[in-house]
Amino acid sequence: MDQSFVLQVRDLSKDFTVHTQGGVKIAVFAGLDLDLEAGRCVALHGPSGCGKSTLLRSLYANYKPDAGQILIRHGEAVVDMVSAEPRIVLAVRRYTLGYVSQFLRVIPRVPAIDVVAEPAILAGIPLALAREKAASLLERLNVSRRLWDLAPATFSGGEQQRVNVARGFIVDYPVLLLDEPTASLDAGNRETVVQLMEEAKARGAGLVGIFHDKEIRDRIADRLFDLPRLQSAA
Amino acid sequence: MNAALAIAPASPLLEVRGVGHFYGNRLGCQEVSFDLYPGEVLGIVGESGSGKTTLLSCLAGRLDFAEGRIRYDSRSDGLVDLATLSEAKRRVLMRTEWGIVHQNPRDGLRMGVSAGANIGERLMAVGQRHFGKIRAAAGDWLAQVEIAADRMDDLPMSFSGGMQQRLQIARNLVTGPRLVFMDEPTGGLDVSVQARLLDLLRRLVADMSLSVILVTHDLAVARLLAHRLMVMKGGHVVESGLTDQVLDDPHHPYTQLLVSSMLQV
Ligand SMILES: Nc1ncnc2c1ncn2[C@@H]1O[C@H](COP(=O)(O)OP(=O)(O)OP(=O)(O)O)[C@@H](O)[C@H]1O
Ligand SMILES: Nc1ncnc2c1ncn2[C@@H]1O[C@H](COP(=O)(O)OP(=O)(O)OP(=O)(O)O)[C@@H](O)[C@H]1O
Ligand SMILES: [Mg+2]
Ligand SMILES: [Mg+2]
Repeated sequence: MDQSFVLQVRDLSKDFTVHTQGGVKIAVFAGLDLDLEAGRCVALHGPSGCGKSTLLRSLYANYKPDAGQILIRHGEAVVDMVSAEPRIVLAVRRYTLGYVSQFLRVIPRVPAIDVVAEPAILAGIPLALAREKAASLLERLNVSRRLWDLAPATFSGGEQQRVNVARGFIVDYPVLLLDEPTASLDAGNRETVVQLMEEAKARGAGLVGIFHDKEIRDRIADRLFDLPRLQSAA
Repeated sequence: MNAALAIAPASPLLEVRGVGHFYGNRLGCQEVSFDLYPGEVLGIVGESGSGKTTLLSCLAGRLDFAEGRIRYDSRSDGLVDLATLSEAKRRVLMRTEWGIVHQNPRDGLRMGVSAGANIGERLMAVGQRHFGKIRAAAGDWLAQVEIAADRMDDLPMSFSGGMQQRLQIARNLVTGPRLVFMDEPTGGLDVSVQARLLDLLRRLVADMSLSVILVTHDLAVARLLAHRLMVMKGGHVVESGLTDQVLDDPHHPYTQLLVSSMLQV
């Protein structure tokens, strides 16, 4: 992989076969190629259901593609997320690849501040520093201090999403995947998230995002990646 | 950064190849193969009777399996073959490097001796003799598993199910094992008691970088604790991989059924 790229997708295909519904097959995409340079942002683009989230989840190895490669620069190495063993995928997620999902997955009993600090601790940042970083991100995202020590299960949708964004930005990942990071946020918090993304780009991170909001997409994305409308169903 | 990136340990702690066991002519489990690396938590999920406990018993040296090979990289002797290991060596391994957490705490605790003694006797079994130190370590571990210090001299009988389970965990971890086998550690507990136990397990597993083989029928427990999953059906592994991948993009019809029948995991 050429030194200027942090991520390269080659000939990627993904189908779903839903056995619980009589084995219906959904061919989401086939033969995709995508290149991402350090410090750039690519926005996935296309109508609802065309496979944007499916592609993003495949990049994170949360979904398993049927064919092709997802090459990611991991330190000095290049890892193919499609064929790598689980423990290697987990190492890539720990140090190299961040993912801000559309919704927070709450962990029972774990307070918001620790939910945010956890990825930093996993990446080897000392506990005190991790909590300090978590506090400053929660502060920037206007999550009220009285919530920090509570588990997010009872938070509002917007509060949960801000905890989720803070969790995604606490480590300076070289590659960051974002699925609608500004959905369900008000204008002020949307602006903060845009700033966080701009800062990430400025330090050299490559971003792949899904942004329904055209204004945000135009500000943050360097180019669009169009996914063709879903082709076949058999 | 580069030191941190040094990807992962190079050699497995446990190497399992083609393991199988029959009860008479009834299949327990068959053709199970995997590697477990240091610090990995492997979840085994599947319906009742699918062979999870049978497999765990083979792995933990509690059942003489008929087929296949299991090798363990021991601290003291390097790579050992479990089938040919002497009974004496196996017992030493169980005391010093392994832990077993049973679904029913009564199977893993000595109900006739105090909570403190349940923890302390494990330390004595590995050669500690200083009473004061043993009692202090027992006190430490009670605190770690959130049992009040003044319960130290009580019998486990007087504890709630959740407390008994936490005591069983303390008894297993006090000797600093590397590999812990758990069979439904949260089964039979109230949901709120489960959440507390899960939180505790999550912390201990990370802090002690334990390798764990965890049998559970609860996919939410598997999602929280396991790095990887194996899905069993009829004694065979039908699907395996990264936990979130198996749960969010299941391929095998049985795994899809299992996932779709859970409310939300
Ligand atoms: N886990 C899954 N199992 C089966 N089918 C799935 C799964 N995830 C997504 N799909 C299907 O894949 C197709 C693409 O869905 P996806 O969520 O990727 O679309 P999207 O472009 O992100 O849409 P939106 O803009 O509405 O979020 C849809 O037909 C969807 O039903
Ligand atoms: N001691 C035994 N003697 C005879 N058959 C047994 C014995 N133990 C288990 N079996 C059988 O072996 C098969 C696998 O049982 P096992 O206990 O491993 O299942 P499991 O997956 O742990 O189920 P559960 O979730 O109910 O605990 C079952 O058909 C069971 O009836
Ligand atoms: Mg989507
Ligand atoms: Mg069982």
